[in-house]
Amino acid sequence: MSTLLEISGVNKSFGGLQALDDVNLKVNEGTVHAIIGPNGAGKSTLLNAIIGKLVPDTGTVKFDGKDMIGVQPHQINQHGISRVFQTPEIFGELTILENMMIPLLAHRDGAFKPALWSRSDAQGDILERAEHFLSDMNLWGKKEVHAASLSRGDKRRLELAMCLSQDPKLLLLDEPTAGMARADTNNTIDLLKTIAGRGITMAIIEHDMHVVFSLSQRISVLAQGHVICEGLPEEIKTDPRVREAYLGGAEV
Amino acid sequence: MQATATKNKDNLMVLLFAAAVLLMPLWLQPFGAAYPDLMQKFAIFGLFAIGFNILFGQTGYLSFGHAAFIGVGSYATVWVFKLFTMNIFPAMLFGVLVSGVFSLVIGYVCLRRTGIYFSILTLALAQMSYNLAYSVLTPITNGETGLQLSIQDPRSWDAVAVTGEGIPSTNLFGLELSAFDGLAGFYICAVFLILGFYVAMRITRSPFGSMLRGIKTNQQRMMYTGLNTKPYALTAFVISGMYAGLAGSLMAAVDPLAGAERMQWTASGEVVLMTILGGVGTLIGPVLGAAVIKYFENIFSAINTTVLADFYSFLPQGLADVLVSLTSLFVGKGWHLTLGLLFMMVVIFLPGGIMEGIARIRKRFSASN
Repeated sequence: MSTLLEISGVNKSFGGLQALDDVNLKVNEGTVHAIIGPNGAGKSTLLNAIIGKLVPDTGTVKFDGKDMIGVQPHQINQHGISRVFQTPEIFGELTILENMMIPLLAHRDGAFKPALWSRSDAQGDILERAEHFLSDMNLWGKKEVHAASLSRGDKRRLELAMCLSQDPKLLLLDEPTAGMARADTNNTIDLLKTIAGRGITMAIIEHDMHVVFSLSQRISVLAQGHVICEGLPEEIKTDPRVREAYLGGAEV
Repeated sequence: MQATATKNKDNLMVLLFAAAVLLMPLWLQPFGAAYPDLMQKFAIFGLFAIGFNILFGQTGYLSFGHAAFIGVGSYATVWVFKLFTMNIFPAMLFGVLVSGVFSLVIGYVCLRRTGIYFSILTLALAQMSYNLAYSVLTPITNGETGLQLSIQDPRSWDAVAVTGEGIPSTNLFGLELSAFDGLAGFYICAVFLILGFYVAMRITRSPFGSMLRGIKTNQQRMMYTGLNTKPYALTAFVISGMYAGLAGSLMAAVDPLAGAERMQWTASGEVVLMTILGGVGTLIGPVLGAAVIKYFENIFSAINTTVLADFYSFLPQGLADVLVSLTSLFVGKGWHLTLGLLFMMVVIFLPGGIMEGIARIRKRFSASN
């Protein structure tokens, strides 16, 4: 199993706060890797460092063998990393169909292609794929609806469809079940299992241990910006350091 | 199938638009606006607003400096009139190209920021251009007097004028713009307006248009979706700058002079009002907004107390006098007051502008059917 994402020695501080402290992490191809930890452990900061939203002070992020430090966010995405945000980031004022077309066009045409004269509704291949991915999420029937008017669950499904439509090599998920009812959470778990079954590598941040243990093959525990342990789900369940990090608060 | 349906609908819209524009000399008669000078203004400012809307309405970047491109287009066009030919085709081509290059430079600088900072940068650069045109650049712009034609201009491509003849008038391959009482000039402007409208429609319906709306709605998502937003925004900026340059060139074509006052911030603000009044992000809205504002500027400002007294003459003298003095606040020099009130009403009750009003009326009608 080859390493798809390799984070080594990453540090990031904001003023006096050390948000990431010498983080080392490897995500293997074809696995679901969960990153857990108490609030403020630096999980979202770590995802931000991976997608180029912020640049680490020191350390390296290697994806697919290439160094990603200092690479523009859109280029990182074009290399094959897509992210689902904690609060769904979609195009609220646009229809669901147009929401879906933008990532598909980005995937087909690259970071910039001024196609001023062709018609969007004449892009047969794009529309076909849009229908495929939207139907997958039960959203095709609402394709003319403005995305802002969707329920939270539908917004998340739309964002997921947008990310998946780009055939990402690595899918980052930031608390995909946050704020969901139990039934919705179970549906999401099933959905993510199906996606994992297609061989897409995933790194997932999650608070809900039910979700974490149903999905992941490997778990890293982050506390105070540092990876305190990493291993198989069974190992993590029983690790005393993890219990301390969660139960003993943030003090070391 | 659906694609052809929307395509046909779009083509029908352009046809109807073209018909409405070309028939303006007829249907504007009852409104007292069917004279070429005003109709030219409708077309020219309509073009300006259509282009501005591509940047503001579609991409979400509010520029407060677009009048600068009008000025640049005008100056460049008049220079061709002076040096080479009175044919507006090469002159306007040059005007549009120069404003395109100018907007590329300004856009590159301003698009380093978004939101209010972008707006302030455009305002600052446009005011700077305006002041330069007034002072340092006098050799090019002729400062306060404005750039005008003179008999001594070389006009090297045109046949040598017979001595004693005045300044030749602008023409399109021989057709003088002042021909047919200025209707020739109007129809040339009208054709450009229709072409400009068609191009804007194509851009709106293209994948590029989707990208612009994506930038307006969620720039973050665009970046993390693998799209480089900067060249998209810059392209939109240059396109809208070239529309403004085309409007400036047409101004020079129908009236061959160029002055710095065209570049002032009030002119930049006016196009913002036009777009909001008509309907931000819609295709036809900006044209309607431009027409309404130019109509008010020319018709309402011309109404004086005599006209009002005439209007109220059927009423008893005392009441008529009261009404005349009340109404005169809103017309003549007070037309800005009417415009201001109208603008406030639109922003408060119809944030989507005139187009939202039309959509609401249509909805009400279809609901009652």
